[in-house]
Amino acid sequence: MEKDTVIRIKGLLKQFPIGGQFFTALKNVDLDLNEGEFTGLVGPSGSGKTTLLNIIGGLDSPTEGQVSVLGQALNDTSHAERARLRRKHMGFIFQSYNLLPVYTVFENVELPLILNKVDKNERRSMVAQAVESVGLRDKMDSRPNMLSGGECQRTAIARAIVHQPALVLADEPTANLDAENSHHIMKILSNLNKELSTSFIFATHDEKIMAYLRRIIHLGDGEITKDEIIDNPKAHD
Amino acid sequence: MLLKIALKNLLGARLRTFLNVLVTAFSFYLILFTSAMYDGMLQHAKQVTMDTEIAGGAYWHPEYDPLDPMTFEEAHSVPPSAIQALIDENKAFPVLVSQASIYPGGRIMPTIMKGIPPNQRIVNMPTDALLGHEDIAIPVLIGKGMASESKLEVGDAFTIRWLDTDLTYDADEGTVVHIMDTENFKLDMGHIWIPLNKVQSMLAMEGEATYVTYGKGVQPVQDKGDWIPRDINYLVQDMEAIIEADKPGAQILYLILLAMAAMGIFNAQVLSIFRRGREIGTLMAIGMTRPRVVGLFTLEGGLNAVLSAAVTLIVFGPILWYFGAYGIPLPIDYSEMGLIIAKRLIPVYTIGLVVSTTILVSIIVLIVSYIPSRRIAKMKPTDALRGKVMA
Repeated sequence: MEKDTVIRIKGLLKQFPIGGQFFTALKNVDLDLNEGEFTGLVGPSGSGKTTLLNIIGGLDSPTEGQVSVLGQALNDTSHAERARLRRKHMGFIFQSYNLLPVYTVFENVELPLILNKVDKNERRSMVAQAVESVGLRDKMDSRPNMLSGGECQRTAIARAIVHQPALVLADEPTANLDAENSHHIMKILSNLNKELSTSFIFATHDEKIMAYLRRIIHLGDGEITKDEIIDNPKAHD
Repeated sequence: MLLKIALKNLLGARLRTFLNVLVTAFSFYLILFTSAMYDGMLQHAKQVTMDTEIAGGAYWHPEYDPLDPMTFEEAHSVPPSAIQALIDENKAFPVLVSQASIYPGGRIMPTIMKGIPPNQRIVNMPTDALLGHEDIAIPVLIGKGMASESKLEVGDAFTIRWLDTDLTYDADEGTVVHIMDTENFKLDMGHIWIPLNKVQSMLAMEGEATYVTYGKGVQPVQDKGDWIPRDINYLVQDMEAIIEADKPGAQILYLILLAMAAMGIFNAQVLSIFRRGREIGTLMAIGMTRPRVVGLFTLEGGLNAVLSAAVTLIVFGPILWYFGAYGIPLPIDYSEMGLIIAKRLIPVYTIGLVVSTTILVSIIVLIVSYIPSRRIAKMKPTDALRGKVMA
């Protein structure tokens, strides 16, 4: 595998059993993704975006094909190894934020560092840095129910990047946000991508996001229909 | 690390934790209180029997069998000298037992007539009520149950008929001088108590006794003749046999309470954990392994149990202490039903009960935390993230 290849997928097939039959969510998917890419998986509902994202994240397994993420072949790894890969090298951003409701912003962002057994003082400074980078310094002690949707998603972003992962997977990160917040979030993510060299993959059908992407992979009926490189995305204007 | 997260989850969840802990603490309290109440009831029955009837033990006439009234005719003699010496030193008192019939309101009632020294202070019976009735032919002390059964009141006179030592029937008029309120039905139901010297005179058995009850701490005598020493262990063996026979009942009651508590805790924990399916999915997504997820939720359950024990102590402790100190009044007098049950039930909290209940409830909490979290952790993370409910 090339040094800067973050994701390599060959002949991916994913089927779900439904009522004694199989529904094909993904088929014939071949994909290489390099370090530092800002890529979108774009397509209508049911096109297989989230399924592909979940397989890349090791949250789901392929029915057939080879999936290699950060040099690790996911087909051959155990649940625990995949959990370790996510813990050390990946960040997740969800459509509905998935913040832990009983934790403050600080505690939510701190959680991946606790799981990675980062020292307390280092944790504090890393959390402060991550929260600062999403502009939530004054909301550190707030709980999710005291935050707006945009603030919740910024907290989720801080949680996804606090341990400086190599790969961030974002599933419809702006779906619950208004236009202003969506642009704000995408600007933050775009800046983080530049600053940290972290690779980002978005599952989206939001036009506002697409304007920021440097690579757009179109999915239709579970297949890649188009893979386009954007030379001059809006965010980089 | 898990402990830190578990503590954060527990303290952060405020209302959810409060409700879970309250349910568990209430279960703790209920089991402790009910079991202690039951133990207290049995111990009280034993204590009452010792206090009012057995004292330190007794010497029985060799023919005496309290369960066979036919033996009473032969079960009397002058106590051996060493036993008599105890009586003379007021360390013991004699009782003369005989069968008799009474005729309250013209009805015949078979009774056990017992002669007892009115001035005895060894057992807790109001025998001094028999003193100072020289104008009455036969002063009689009865219990409330007997009074109710025979419809006798203080001052009522009735005929007593008995068989004397010459096997001759004799009769005279007895008068109720006092009705005692005793929790020991064995002193009450079917019994009439008369001054000892009067009974000895009625039966023509001067100086004789059927058994001699001695006080607590009195050393056994050597020269007891053919009289049979009956120590406390022997005299309470019936009571202990009843308690022993009742143990399965007590254990079933304990298990039922435990099962009810377990169901309450299980409901609260399962609801709490299954509502957190998305949280579990998120934890797995950010890299927590399945065993750690299960460990986290089980640990939360364990902390829940510890908190519950503390809450039981703080919130329900004063209530348990109050009942332990002052008891609970019962609205019904069970002595009339032939049961030794206190008029105020006082629970007895033994260390064994507290420790075993704490351990059992803690194990239940751990199990009911482990099972649902294990099931959820087995779900695909993608399903857990969607908050998909398991069947």
